[in-house]
Amino acid sequence: MATQHSRSAARLMMAPAVILLLGWMLVPLTMTLFFSFKKYLPLRGDSMANGLEWVGFDNYVRFVSSSSFWPSIQATLIIVGGVLAITIVLGVLLAILLDQPMWGQGIVRILVIAPFFVMPTVSALVWKNMFMDPVNGLLAHLWRAFGAEPVQWLSQASLPSLIMIVSWQWLPFATLILLTAIQSLDSEQLEAAEMDGAPVLKRFWFIVLPHLSRAITIVILIQTIFLLALFAEIFVTTGGAFGTKTLSYLIFQRVLESQNVGLGSAGGVYAIILANIVAIFLMRIVGKNLDA
Amino acid sequence: MARAATSQRKVLNTALAWAVGFLIFFPILWTILTSFKTEAQAIASPPIFLNFDWTLENYAVVQERSNYMRFLWNSIIIAGGSTILGTIIAIPAAWSMAFVPSKRTKDILLWMLSTKMLPAVGVLYPIYLLFIKMGLLDSRAGLVIVLMLINLPIIVWMLYTYFREIPGEILEAARMDGATLKDEILYVLTPMAIPGIASTLLLNFILAWNEAFWTLNLTAANAAPLTAFIASYSSPEGLFYAKLSAASTMAIAPILILGWFSQKQLVRGLTFGAVK
Amino acid sequence: MKLANVLRAATAMSVITTCAAYAETLTIATVNNGDMIRMQGYTEDFTAKTGHEVEWVTLEENVLRQRVTTDITTKGGAFDIMTIGMYETPIWGANGWLVPLDDLSAEYDVDDILPAMRAGLSHEGTLFAAPFYGESSMIMYRTDLMEAAGLEMPDAPTWQFIREAAAAMTDRDNEINGICLRGKAGWGEGGAFITVTGNSFGARWFDEDWNAQFDQPEWAEALNFYVGMMEESGPPGYATNGFNENLSLFQQGKCGMWIDATVAASFVTNPDDSTVADKVGFALAPNSEGVDKKSNWLWAWALAIPAGTQKADAAKEFIEWATSKEYIELVAGNEGWANVPPGARTSLYENENYQSVPFAKMTLDSIQAADPTNPTVKPVPYVGIQFVAIPEFAGIATEVSQEFSAAYAGQQSVEEALEKAQAITNDAMEAAGYR
Repeated sequence: MATQHSRSAARLMMAPAVILLLGWMLVPLTMTLFFSFKKYLPLRGDSMANGLEWVGFDNYVRFVSSSSFWPSIQATLIIVGGVLAITIVLGVLLAILLDQPMWGQGIVRILVIAPFFVMPTVSALVWKNMFMDPVNGLLAHLWRAFGAEPVQWLSQASLPSLIMIVSWQWLPFATLILLTAIQSLDSEQLEAAEMDGAPVLKRFWFIVLPHLSRAITIVILIQTIFLLALFAEIFVTTGGAFGTKTLSYLIFQRVLESQNVGLGSAGGVYAIILANIVAIFLMRIVGKNLDA
Repeated sequence: MARAATSQRKVLNTALAWAVGFLIFFPILWTILTSFKTEAQAIASPPIFLNFDWTLENYAVVQERSNYMRFLWNSIIIAGGSTILGTIIAIPAAWSMAFVPSKRTKDILLWMLSTKMLPAVGVLYPIYLLFIKMGLLDSRAGLVIVLMLINLPIIVWMLYTYFREIPGEILEAARMDGATLKDEILYVLTPMAIPGIASTLLLNFILAWNEAFWTLNLTAANAAPLTAFIASYSSPEGLFYAKLSAASTMAIAPILILGWFSQKQLVRGLTFGAVK
Repeated sequence: MKLANVLRAATAMSVITTCAAYAETLTIATVNNGDMIRMQGYTEDFTAKTGHEVEWVTLEENVLRQRVTTDITTKGGAFDIMTIGMYETPIWGANGWLVPLDDLSAEYDVDDILPAMRAGLSHEGTLFAAPFYGESSMIMYRTDLMEAAGLEMPDAPTWQFIREAAAAMTDRDNEINGICLRGKAGWGEGGAFITVTGNSFGARWFDEDWNAQFDQPEWAEALNFYVGMMEESGPPGYATNGFNENLSLFQQGKCGMWIDATVAASFVTNPDDSTVADKVGFALAPNSEGVDKKSNWLWAWALAIPAGTQKADAAKEFIEWATSKEYIELVAGNEGWANVPPGARTSLYENENYQSVPFAKMTLDSIQAADPTNPTVKPVPYVGIQFVAIPEFAGIATEVSQEFSAAYAGQQSVEEALEKAQAITNDAMEAAGYR
């Protein structure tokens, strides 16, 4: 069907997007690689115009040997994993619930998707101040109303709090995709299974979940991309304290707070490697699921 | 009997779904309510839900301090411009991936997505220097380009999955009738894919609207969008819950309203090919 | 060809110079503190006097620092005036990134700037930023609670007295915490506070060879004292409280004492915002018994012009306007003397109207008690009280204060935090080539 002619036309049409993204990837990537082998301390007067000193792999060694490095990898994985787990489990349950016949389904759907429209900065500010503040926060009031000692969310339960805030933002997205997938489920198949006397859990496990596997893959892929780059939420709530320093936040500290561009760039290269490991891993599962 | 049972279940479902929906929406509701309170009422213990003296004072204070309309306008231009530009570039690419697939199509697609995983902060200096060189610092054009590039992979992918559901035979028939490639895309494919394009536009508008790293770091006064507006309210002095709430409401209201009105279109195309 | 170029350049130059005499639009980056917000309200006065327009970029402190530092190091030129502090000014000035303010007009009276402020904003005798307001730190306390506890606040109390008083004032059932102090991570937040607390216990950041000193007993004593006192009498979640959080708590009447920036005095005594406005007393920041250094810092938020701006002349006009005696009178006339930007000018403290403001004297005394060139008991190779005036400090101190905050929140012990602080600091100093 595809002639030689249409193949070359296709290449031509793909060219703008591919070239732009290639540029967007290569230019910063080259510069990051370049800086990562240099001593570049802007506050000490180093600049590209004055020429930068070559330091070999010093920055790479220093970045990894810092006491913050492994904890930051750990924090990154916990946050990404935690948010994925919560949004997918709750997303599936919520999608099943919203798929049931009910009154005012449209309004409920509006309520459920609303957090997705909220700017990350705003949501972090609102959660931090109006809900998680240990003195004036609403959750503190709630705890006290039941006679309990208010939880110091962002300091004593920092990772769970952060995961909760981010999950709140991404739950609508997961729910919507899963809901669309559930709605396409063949209801006759379910009814047949019900007739055969299959219990609810079995029906869920053998019919609904396999049907959703593709949608779940998509949710994992998209959310992972965004979660690896998580920044505003951490910046606003904990500023990287209390074990919430992710790899991308550590790079931020090196580049902007310590003003050590070389060291930060080496961190950037590590982050790219990590992202690629995740990407290859995702590609394998997604590739399998996206075929056909 | 059966009827009663289903109707009973419907009541139960409705109650449960409404409760969950309310719970998820509550933080936003609470922010909006707080924005109409005085600062003292905003921190009252126990918290006041509805019976407070509604006031618009906080909005007046926020408006007096910052020119909301300019931030809003910048947000609209930047989010809208980057989305439209990205879609124009993405449509041909998605077309060729969907209708003239090759062995490498999937690899290219996944490579595109992987460009989104570069940590933004790691390349702030290079990009900042480039922006200075090109005179794009604090310009809406510069931000339109950056946000377009950031969202382009998502746009291409969404359109690709949507185009794939359109039967190729229709396009072929058009070609038989003598339609050129341009006609084929403009007059046959695009109209058929309107729902997919609409939801792509919407999703990426939202993503661009909420992007808070580049929009903050590459702007000063002229091109600053609402993300910069909110950055001046994040820790004011003294009691500030009510003012923070008012500023937050102003920052999210436009996109929230847009999202609600267009949620049907958004939902329809938000499948990323998840539904087969 | 060459002539044409010269001509073109000459025309361009003349266009620039003529423009400078006419109206410019200045882009000013500033922090969202109360006094700056107030200044924005008076922009029209400046425009009426000079014809120049002003575009404000108001950002929260952390975002502002990140923004202006990126711009100055890359010579981005996004701003014509930047609001920076006593930490940045000498470093940036030394790098030649700021326009020297050595030709200010005679009416401006540069000698009227408080000597401590002027010294802190200069590099080798050249002023690089003009102070908009200056501050030290002091104790603000509730006179009614102090009386109820049967105690009397001395003018210059010790930490030991403060701890005792805090315990006596604490009433958990009524949500009254004896003392509110900064614990929030960040070099300018909890980092600054614990550094001055360290000073007043005889500790120091570095010895004369730039070796970190967190393994020394003075630091362990200071940090243990702080954590012990906050556990007895501090508010819940103090590990995330910074200046604004504590201000809010104090205004709500939930703190017995608060040791923080002197500028806070006008906020806690302002009846519009504060529920305890008429019950606040002031005292000098404390020191540990037998240590001859108090825990008060020195800071100024100041206006500086990045080198390379095309609008340096208009920018200078703005700085002269914003930090002038006339501006102070303008604010005083409209909003009362208590609300003028404090701590910048000697003449303000000689003004009889201002002397009747309850916190004026204590603010001046606190500022004058601070000595950036001699901040610690033991000798140090650096200048600065709550900071160390080297470019690496902000990054190091932010990480160190994150470890301390984790200790305040109970996630690790004080000893662990100090060990990590020692390692982080030495490592970073090595990377920067000090050791």
